[in-house]
Amino acid sequence: MNHLHLLTFARGSALNWALMLCVAGIVLRLFEIFGLGRKTDLAKPRINSPGSGWHTIFSRSLPPQGMLKREPVTYIGGYVFHLGLLTAILFFAPHIELIRSMTRLGWPSLPSPLVDASVVASIIALGVLLAHRLNNPVKRLLSGLCDYLAWTATLLPLLTGYMAYHHLFIEYTLMLALHIFSVDLLLVLLPFTKLFHTFSVFISRWYNGDIFGRKGVAS
Amino acid sequence: MKLAEKPDILPGTVGEGLAQRGICRREFLQFCTALTALLALPPTMTVAMAEAISKARRQSVIWLSFQECTGCTESITRSHTPTLENLIFDLISLDYHHTLQAASGEAAEHARELAMKDNFGKYLLIVDGAIPMGNPGFSTIAGISNYDMLMEAAKGAAAIVAVGTCATFGGIPKADPNPTGAVAVSDIIKDKPIINVPGCPPIPVVMTGVLAHFLTFGSIPELDSLGRPKSFYGETIHDHCYRRPFYDQGKFAQTFDDDAARQGWCLFKLGCKGPVTYNVCATTKWNDGTSFPIQSGHGCIGCSEPNFWDAGPLYEALSMPISATASMLGTAAAVGTAAGAAITWHNRSTKAAAKAAHEKVTVQELIREDK
Ligand code: SF4
Repeated sequence: MNHLHLLTFARGSALNWALMLCVAGIVLRLFEIFGLGRKTDLAKPRINSPGSGWHTIFSRSLPPQGMLKREPVTYIGGYVFHLGLLTAILFFAPHIELIRSMTRLGWPSLPSPLVDASVVASIIALGVLLAHRLNNPVKRLLSGLCDYLAWTATLLPLLTGYMAYHHLFIEYTLMLALHIFSVDLLLVLLPFTKLFHTFSVFISRWYNGDIFGRKGVAS
Repeated sequence: MKLAEKPDILPGTVGEGLAQRGICRREFLQFCTALTALLALPPTMTVAMAEAISKARRQSVIWLSFQECTGCTESITRSHTPTLENLIFDLISLDYHHTLQAASGEAAEHARELAMKDNFGKYLLIVDGAIPMGNPGFSTIAGISNYDMLMEAAKGAAAIVAVGTCATFGGIPKADPNPTGAVAVSDIIKDKPIINVPGCPPIPVVMTGVLAHFLTFGSIPELDSLGRPKSFYGETIHDHCYRRPFYDQGKFAQTFDDDAARQGWCLFKLGCKGPVTYNVCATTKWNDGTSFPIQSGHGCIGCSEPNFWDAGPLYEALSMPISATASMLGTAAAVGTAAGAAITWHNRSTKAAAKAAHEKVTVQELIREDK
């Protein structure tokens, strides 16, 4: 199998299966979460707290008072990484083309050098966050194999995409194939690992905000 | 000075042929200079190459054509003005080529057999076209199947040059669903040196370059992992494309006739396969260096790469999915819904069962019994 075969497989059957597993997995997990349901809370809310769920969705995106100073790496690294990743996925012209080709939805892209810079920032942030995770005793204790797997699966598409775009190190055909394979892997892992927070984060924030609000606890 | 005036011209050599045709040494040296550059040899090799070629015996060449469209022969022989490439081509002894030779029928086959016998172990075998393995009757010449003819001719060949993508990688005959069971030369010949010169068709000067290398050094040029001469197939079209600056700046034509296309912007989004295609089209160009597909406004289709016909749509960017569709995603979502519903049902029945099995603790049970 030569490199072009690999590329054809990566953007052909492998991508098809990865996309299908990803979509089926996401729908399944969401069903599972919502289907489980919660018992109706018969108790009277401690305080009148309409909208506390929605409020929490936004408030938890900002560091609580004093935390930015205590945990600058976690907050700044987290922001840089997430924004860089979103920029690369959603605003790089070939990615928009891909989404357009499948869903007919499209939007304007950002200039390639800008996307490029955000990818570099994102990769650096991932590196810093990993170092921090390994050096911080609490974070290290909380981390399991799944976390490192998610970290690797997220880094690979960024790294290979950057290298393919710049024609670095190995030849383009193989690099592009590796980039698409890494995306295939990410798509498959997304619904079944902690990476699912892409979809569940706002749901759980809303739920926590709402329930805590009813119990009269700030969240 | 004309070569013919040189005293050291040996009879039966390329030098004699050149002399008879009145080719002057300066012209011949110019040709050799171009060839050394093309073969990525140092310029100092030019004179040595000229000497070696003119002293070489006319190389016996047998050309077999199997499942092909004759485009390779068209490419190699067609030349608007008689160029030196053609002359070199004349100066080999092309003993069998069923499209070009005057003889036909028995006489033609006899010429092939004679050349194979007289030059056993020394002739160069050129093959264009894929070999059908599904049924010997799918393609025959003089009643002989392509496979049998190739196996017989390969026995006495010094080396084999597979010309065109069909002979090198199976090409269009091998494209899905490969109705004839087509294979490449290298799929069935394992005991002879094979030089792959892919392209649909290959560039004429690449062909003559490979022949010149063989005539000069008596050996095959350095090959890559796919058996292609590195000097011609070492870099991609994209590496030398004059539109490359636009690619690097992210400036792409969106359609074949938009303003960007008119300004010569990169054709990547229109399906150009230049980044994954190893060939010298961008530097050597076609038709005496006039142009090449990208210069004419059409992306590279990657015709010199294995399985190019099945490597995704010609007009989709390389980074696009090949066959994923929205309906595929719809099906996946439906499967996810069904599986989700099944899991939900299972979870809920587990919950209901737990609830049903739950025994309430009575006050009686909580009263401590006195001992
Ligand atoms: S036109 Fe094709 S080969 Fe030329 S720069 Fe663009 S992608 Fe590369």
